Amino acid sequence: MTDFAMSSSGSPGTLNAGILRRREVLERFSATALTFPGLILILLVLLVPVLWLFWLSAFDGAGDLSWANYERMGKSIYVRTFTTTFRIAIIVTVCCAFLGYPVAYLMSQSGRRLSLVILLSVLLPFWTSVLVRTYAWLVLLQRTGLINGWLQDLGLIDTPLALVHNELGTIIGMIHVMLPFMILPLYASMKAVDPSLMLAASNCGATPAQAFRQVFFPQTITGLSSGAGLIFVLCLGFFVTPVLLGGGRTYMWAMQIADNISLYGNWGAASALGVVLVVATALVLLAVQFVLRRAGGTK
Amino acid sequence: MPGQVAIREVSKNYGAFVALDDVSFDIEPGEFITLLGPSGSGKTTLLNVLAGFTRPNSGSVQLDGKEFLTLPPHRRDVGMVFQSYALFPHMTVMENVAYPLKLRKIGKSERERRATEALSTVQMDHLADRAIQSLSGGQRQRVALARAMVFEPRMMLMDEPLSALDKNLREHMQIELKRLHGMLGTTTVYVTHDQREALTMSDRIAVINNGKLMQLDTPSQLYDFPANRFVAEFMGESSFLPVKVSDGTARLFGNPIVTREPWSGDHDAWLLIRPEKLAWNAPQQGAANRIQGTTREVIYQGDSYLLDIALPEGHSVEVRCNPHTAGIEMPEPGETVSFWIKQSSTILVEDAGQ
Repeated sequence: MTDFAMSSSGSPGTLNAGILRRREVLERFSATALTFPGLILILLVLLVPVLWLFWLSAFDGAGDLSWANYERMGKSIYVRTFTTTFRIAIIVTVCCAFLGYPVAYLMSQSGRRLSLVILLSVLLPFWTSVLVRTYAWLVLLQRTGLINGWLQDLGLIDTPLALVHNELGTIIGMIHVMLPFMILPLYASMKAVDPSLMLAASNCGATPAQAFRQVFFPQTITGLSSGAGLIFVLCLGFFVTPVLLGGGRTYMWAMQIADNISLYGNWGAASALGVVLVVATALVLLAVQFVLRRAGGTK
Repeated sequence: MPGQVAIREVSKNYGAFVALDDVSFDIEPGEFITLLGPSGSGKTTLLNVLAGFTRPNSGSVQLDGKEFLTLPPHRRDVGMVFQSYALFPHMTVMENVAYPLKLRKIGKSERERRATEALSTVQMDHLADRAIQSLSGGQRQRVALARAMVFEPRMMLMDEPLSALDKNLREHMQIELKRLHGMLGTTTVYVTHDQREALTMSDRIAVINNGKLMQLDTPSQLYDFPANRFVAEFMGESSFLPVKVSDGTARLFGNPIVTREPWSGDHDAWLLIRPEKLAWNAPQQGAANRIQGTTREVIYQGDSYLLDIALPEGHSVEVRCNPHTAGIEMPEPGETVSFWIKQSSTILVEDAGQ
């Protein structure tokens, strides 16, 4: 009879060790293997085109390295487009934060039924096509549109206001499209705040305003910055709404890319614009990450 | 000494549900009072009324002679320890404890000095710079305690503060809370559903059920002289046998019962049976309150035995018996046993609300 505990043959702890280790490696591999189809897809549709973009932007037709496409960025038309794009992105992000915060707050603090109604009214437009919503804004905002019509009927204005086919119209339309991206992460972070913390704050002597500012708000910064980061990045590359509501006067980065290809057939220039957009987006996301880590860690 | 509380006719209902029904009592300065009751009894509602988180329908609470109920929570100057501790996760231990002082516009150095002092009272000063997330349950408990007492509140409120801790730590913290209360002398209202915890810690216990104050008394009075069956049932291990009352005499299975105090009630009542009050080996004659039955089951439980005894008229009783202290041999199932209750510890109780 073999006494396993007292076994003196061989070194201790080798029983089945080889097969057990092989099993473990196999198990880990088969779990990882599940991600291979996704990885291959990402490689094909993301990494390859991006590398191709870099190639197109940095090499001329003869295959020689050339920074001509990037040097062109210094031209005033590009600089103007770039600043317009960033200005609109910042305005839309800030407006979404101010409009979205109260909505998310109401949604997180109200009862099941009301919060469901608010959630639906946030999500329903979200599920509707951007194109449809943008045309709807055109109906509302144009010179002969509903809003100008009402304001004139009420005698508040004599001549119609220029609400659309300019930067204002673009911003209004984009805020509408972007708002859910602010409300949903904010709602999630507000829901996670323990309601007894607000009671504790008031017990410590905080007025409702102080409790909000010093206890509630700091815990929603993660939601606020992830919403803001998402919206800002989406705004930088936004196309449909500025095209339809900007009336050709508000010229954003994505429109410049489209024109370079469809009007001038200049893939190199378009690619360079795309690369700059990717870099700008990456920088913004890094900044958001930085804020998130600051807010998540200890002060 | 400040901290005298007068609660008068406080009522609160949520629709048809009555959470507090005309509750009135006084709390002496420096007293440790426990609100004890099952869940949904209204004990937490009463605590929240004192903290200002729940607005009652009517009533008055005076603290040191001044109406208190109409003040918003942030102007009440009472410290509260929450069941979930409710520490601010975005602040360090020190910032949490210093927060009430910051709101009272106390300078940074003074604030840190007093916060450190409060933290050292609960033996947490060495972890002042830690994040809340890195603390264990017991440590969070201590920080919450320090935050509640750092601004020298006029009254301390505690909402089942130990319920999230494991048994050993809980018993340790009970002693520590008692020590702390002795040291600070702050009027304390403590909520729990654990009768042993209430007995351990309190100067007086208010037993609450269905929003009503059942009895307010010292732990020993509450245990030895429960006001009704609910209180008797809630305090300690107890069984009840039905007692018929007619012509001013209480009878159990036809035999008269001699009670500690002459029984004045005229309703049928219950004889309270507490295992440690029973005497075994009843003398054959002259023993009042003698009860005889047949053992159905004897269950070994380590430190004692649990006896299931069948009594006349289809009743039965389960009593705990320690053969060493009772001085008897454990009966076998089927054997006849008799036990008796001394007159000095024979208590009848009525149902609550009669």
